[in-house]
Amino acid sequence: MSLTREDVEKVSLLARLKLTDDELGLMTIQLGQIVGYVAQLNELDTEEIEPMAHAVEVTNVFRPDELRESLPREAALANAPKADGECYLVPAVLGE
Amino acid sequence: MANDYTVIIGLEVHVQLLTRTKLFCGCSTKFGEPPNTQTCPVCIGLPGALPVMNREAFELALETAVAINCEIAPFTKWDRKQYYYPDLPKGYQISQYDLPFSFNGYLAISDPKDRFEAKKVGIIRAHLEEDAGKSMHDERAGKADSRIDLNRTGTPLLEIVSQPDLRSPLEAKTYLQELKLLLVYLGVSDCNMQEGSVRVDANINLHIPQSNGHTAKTPIVEIKNMNSFRAVERALTYEAERQYQVWQETKQEIGDVPKQTRGWDDVANVTRGQRHKEESSDYRYFPDPDLAPVTVTPERIQSVRESLAELPADLRHRLEVTYGIKMYDSDVLVNQGRPVVDYYVELAELAGDGQAAANWVTQDVLRVMNERNLTIEQFPIRPPVVADLITRVKGGDFDTSKARGIFTELLESEKTVAQIVAEKGIRKVDESELISLCRELVTANPKIVADVKSGKVAAAASLIGQAKKRNPNVNPARVREICLELIEGM
Amino acid sequence: MAAEFANLIVSPCSRFVVQGTDTMALVDLSATELLRELNGGQATSVEVTQAFLDQIKARDDKVQAFLRYDEQAALAQAADVDRRRKADQAVGRLGGLPVAVKDLLCMQGELATCGSRILERFRPPYDSTVVARLRAADAVFLGRTNMDEFAMGGSNENSAFHVTRNPWDLTRIPGGSSGGAAACVAASMAPLSIGSDTGGSIRQPAALCGVTGLKPTYGRVSRYGLVAFASSLDQVGPLARTAEDTALMLEVIAGHDPRDSTSIDTDAPPYTQTVAEPLAGLRLGLVREHFGPGLDAEVEAAVREVIRVYESLGARVREISMPHGKYGVATYYVIAPCEASSNLARYDGVHYGYRTDEAALHEELAQEHKQLVAAGRAAEAEDLDNALVRMYRRSRAEGFGAEVKRRIMLGTYALSAGYYDAYYLKALKVRRLIRQDYDDAFEQVDLIAGPVMATPAYKIGEKANDPLAMYLVDLYTVSANLAGVGGIAFPCGFSKGGLPIGLQLQAPPFQEERLLRAAYMFQQATDWHTRRPPL
Repeated sequence: MSLTREDVEKVSLLARLKLTDDELGLMTIQLGQIVGYVAQLNELDTEEIEPMAHAVEVTNVFRPDELRESLPREAALANAPKADGECYLVPAVLGE
Repeated sequence: MANDYTVIIGLEVHVQLLTRTKLFCGCSTKFGEPPNTQTCPVCIGLPGALPVMNREAFELALETAVAINCEIAPFTKWDRKQYYYPDLPKGYQISQYDLPFSFNGYLAISDPKDRFEAKKVGIIRAHLEEDAGKSMHDERAGKADSRIDLNRTGTPLLEIVSQPDLRSPLEAKTYLQELKLLLVYLGVSDCNMQEGSVRVDANINLHIPQSNGHTAKTPIVEIKNMNSFRAVERALTYEAERQYQVWQETKQEIGDVPKQTRGWDDVANVTRGQRHKEESSDYRYFPDPDLAPVTVTPERIQSVRESLAELPADLRHRLEVTYGIKMYDSDVLVNQGRPVVDYYVELAELAGDGQAAANWVTQDVLRVMNERNLTIEQFPIRPPVVADLITRVKGGDFDTSKARGIFTELLESEKTVAQIVAEKGIRKVDESELISLCRELVTANPKIVADVKSGKVAAAASLIGQAKKRNPNVNPARVREICLELIEGM
Repeated sequence: MAAEFANLIVSPCSRFVVQGTDTMALVDLSATELLRELNGGQATSVEVTQAFLDQIKARDDKVQAFLRYDEQAALAQAADVDRRRKADQAVGRLGGLPVAVKDLLCMQGELATCGSRILERFRPPYDSTVVARLRAADAVFLGRTNMDEFAMGGSNENSAFHVTRNPWDLTRIPGGSSGGAAACVAASMAPLSIGSDTGGSIRQPAALCGVTGLKPTYGRVSRYGLVAFASSLDQVGPLARTAEDTALMLEVIAGHDPRDSTSIDTDAPPYTQTVAEPLAGLRLGLVREHFGPGLDAEVEAAVREVIRVYESLGARVREISMPHGKYGVATYYVIAPCEASSNLARYDGVHYGYRTDEAALHEELAQEHKQLVAAGRAAEAEDLDNALVRMYRRSRAEGFGAEVKRRIMLGTYALSAGYYDAYYLKALKVRRLIRQDYDDAFEQVDLIAGPVMATPAYKIGEKANDPLAMYLVDLYTVSANLAGVGGIAFPCGFSKGGLPIGLQLQAPPFQEERLLRAAYMFQQATDWHTRRPPL
């Protein structure tokens, strides 16, 4: 599967990255190379193989439904680029 | 609704589970606290923070799934649903994609008024996921900033997706009411619509039979922003009509246009199209590496099934069988919730008359509860007292209208039935006394007798009035009978 | 705070002016030796801490291993430990030993930049579990070490702030992503340091800087508060001078953590108590596929020499095959970017981190809108990114460096509609095959021995414009992360050019003890680990 500039542009929106024309060009080439290299995995027949998403196979890890102290609001908002003391602020989301 | 098409409806219901803390952290799920006072590194999605599953949330979800007859997956995992929105701090929602913990269930619905056939509504799947926060948008959208409150972020939600088995807005509303009732009986959710603990999205389209035998299928539309069950019913009714109009104009069928999302405007009573960038639908699901999968054994499922509370449908059936009451009454009682049912059952047992007990509860008790908006627990007249009234009426001490009078007095005063009966001098009038009274009246009122004989039976009413003046305890119906018999014989 | 401790600090400092030679002596000791000094009362934590601070001041302008350090805070912490020790109060396991921390572990109120502009001003309101354990053990926090941005890279050239240099040759890379963590130990600027390893980020810089670094089995050390790169591969681990010091550090940070669902629910053994016990009848495996073309002759020679040393210590060596190892890099560069693209989605300028200039953003939007409308293309104007989407895209574009963007793009692409099965799912299946190679290998041998990297440290800038070449460097290290097994790297020789060469040992899951004992055996028989760079 070869990667086109249009693919890369579409992906950059999905990834919420703004790429300059130059970056788009370079990215298209470099991703192409990497994807090309990755294609070697197709040499392997993995039909019968179970995927391995975790490095340790633990199951049923739960915590009790017990209250823990929340952060003071000041602490929660302390790192916010923009806040009004009560809420995080973002450029208005239109519609919805 | 026009009959020349069939409405096809499927519902997606999001239910907030009644846990103390959030799905993946120990922050409180309490509603209505000041913004951003119930957050921590985990639910803010701070770098480095990790989720750990709330056991209670999974238990409640499991109970519900079993109650709606779902199969339970022996192995289930958690996936990341990825999209960007300011109230979704991690940039993904932890949900379930290809291996939901439960699937293939159903919920039975019926209508006591028989407006539709009783049916089993299929449930495709029920899965557990985390809620997002709240974005508060400025009215002058685009002008000011939107404000983000993350208190709700991470609250456990159960998403229940029905098959497109619903055939009318009324069926849809009934399904929702029955589902809500079930959840409340299970105690897994308070289903408070105002606080958003139940949220509904609907998918709807029409099947329109054509003269040539082909059935036209209109494009499926998803409706959002419906904030009450009534709104769902109204939105669906509107949307069905709208789709029919559009179809007549465009003849567009499913597949001709991309699936559309429309928002319900509760004020204008219309649905409005919502613009969505096509890319936003590429959620890039993949298994969350931070969470361990969950396994459930058949033994576990069995023990859940055995520990379930009695479900509404079973309860209705039990009341009908045990107390011989009408389906309509059992429906009214059960829909009021477990406490009212318990009140009824106590009353029925004490009075030894299920139907009379049902009449008293559904007519008198519920009416007063609504008028004074009391809960059954707050209701001042307890079952033994009402049972006493029922027994006395059956014993002929006084008639139902008198009993109602006493009932009303009991609401106002601390008095007992006996006291009120004594004060009002209410006592049983025996038959002989009644007959002699009637004789006197008949002989004293030749005019009326004549009228009655000439066919104006209504004239007998004044005899009854006079009888009541002489003795307030007489049973008017009986007085009427006796008088008419006497006149007959004259 | 500082004032309160001033008197405690000043006196010992002034003593240093007198017997300055002790400074050199102290920084040349191993952590274990220093701890003996501290517990025996021959040295105070303030003296030790000051010695390393002086070393940082003298050397770090050359090496640039640290992103920042706080002399007053470190000395205050040290003084507090000394005070408690003097008063015979409880003192933690690390007893006032200085520790350097990689800049991606959260420490309450302290900057944690992850080597990125996007987190340049981020101060976590909480402690990572590892930091909390170090704190409880009375480690003195010396400073925060440099790294490739979000741990993506093997050279430290991807740090948004500066390039750390290899103490053995300042024109060369220290390795990465824990380059600062390795370089500061190599340059005697810290006795102990904490790094993280997602595809070799501890072992590879340890090898290139000539120090000992251990990547624990996945699940052995809590990831809570470790800023995630690839969640199913990340592990925190120690870097130090010796196997003994490494055991000490691991003992403190390892163990179950209820805040990390993937942390294994078993206690970690007391590594320091067993590290000195030789492994009788050790069975070492050499992987046939490791010695193919591309392996530098000097590196191969050094590794072969190690084998002879182990044989002389009674180990039996046999060749084994791990046929899927060669697919490790391809598998890794699907799985890691996929997870990274998701883990890094949170850096969107909304709740924390860098946000683009909003005035400029709105201006830009207005301009583009006007132009399109003017050109009679109003329809397209409707499709322009709205202010919010722009805020996301600009903040991330301005906040992330090239390598991070590359991996986010790669992962986003591989997970996007239509490609999931071909890339991500395929890679997960090959990952299982790689794990099976390990299971089979450990049926036959106790440990797998081999190179860490095919060559010694390369020149800064040498591979900067060739991502793929940069990725291929990870050939020998990524498989351990994919399989989740533990590995240790330590110096086993030097190139003619005077650059350290590292050996890697890999063990079955949760056999860190075996790794440490084997490394200790070797270090008792050789002195490579005692060599220090000429700075």
